[in-house]
Amino acid sequence: MELSLATRTVGEHTVLEVGGEVDVYTAPRLRERLLELIDGGARHVVVDLGRVDFLDSTGLGVLVGALKRLRSAGGSFALVCDKEPLLKIFRITALDQVFPLHPTVDAAIGADPAGADA
Amino acid sequence: MATVRLSFSPAPVHVRTARLVGVAVARRAGVREDLLDEVRLAIGEACTRAVALHRQYGVPDPVLVEMSDSGAYAVRVIDRAPIEAGIGLAALDADQLANESLTDEALTTGVGFALLAGFVEDLQVRPVEDGVGTEVRMVWPVGR
Repeated sequence: MELSLATRTVGEHTVLEVGGEVDVYTAPRLRERLLELIDGGARHVVVDLGRVDFLDSTGLGVLVGALKRLRSAGGSFALVCDKEPLLKIFRITALDQVFPLHPTVDAAIGADPAGADA
Repeated sequence: MATVRLSFSPAPVHVRTARLVGVAVARRAGVREDLLDEVRLAIGEACTRAVALHRQYGVPDPVLVEMSDSGAYAVRVIDRAPIEAGIGLAALDADQLANESLTDEALTTGVGFALLAGFVEDLQVRPVEDGVGTEVRMVWPVGR
């Protein structure tokens, strides 16, 4: 399935819903969208991977890039993921220790200090 | 002997095709259904790595994927990039991954290797027997 990207705003947070396959071919589009959001002033970003059915190392690289960019800008970055195959990918790569991972968008926003003010 | 052989020009758009073919042949060979996600990911990572090396070194030759199902399901992904580029693979720990100075390329390479090593029990990365390049060989059991 092709990559799909949809953005919505929840209080202080920008939620990017990602669907389909994130791989070496489609990851540049995800990177572009994240950069657009961050350059456009988004500081608290939640990426919802709920409808992602494939994620590879290039996709993971893009997500780490966004995390670092937002942290250095004083912002926050979290992922929403509750599918075991994807969670296994995060565990195997040790990225589960790098990203805040939450089962739902509400949980991700609730866990972020910026969410409490929203 | 390879039952299916696929060669593709080193472009990211073709990696998905290689994954689809690799999983279709795995299913046909009798690889357990619950392993197919891992087969798909591992073949994708091996092909992504090969495409990245070809592009990095300006190698226009195709990437070769050979799938064989004699006894087990064996997949070989063969690149034609200089050997010193391909063998030195290492997984990164959480501190290294979060380090600001790590380049995107190094991160993706490290994560890709962690996925290969984590998902493929029987994995070998070695120089090709003839000419320049490396071969990533992955084997999965077939049958019940």
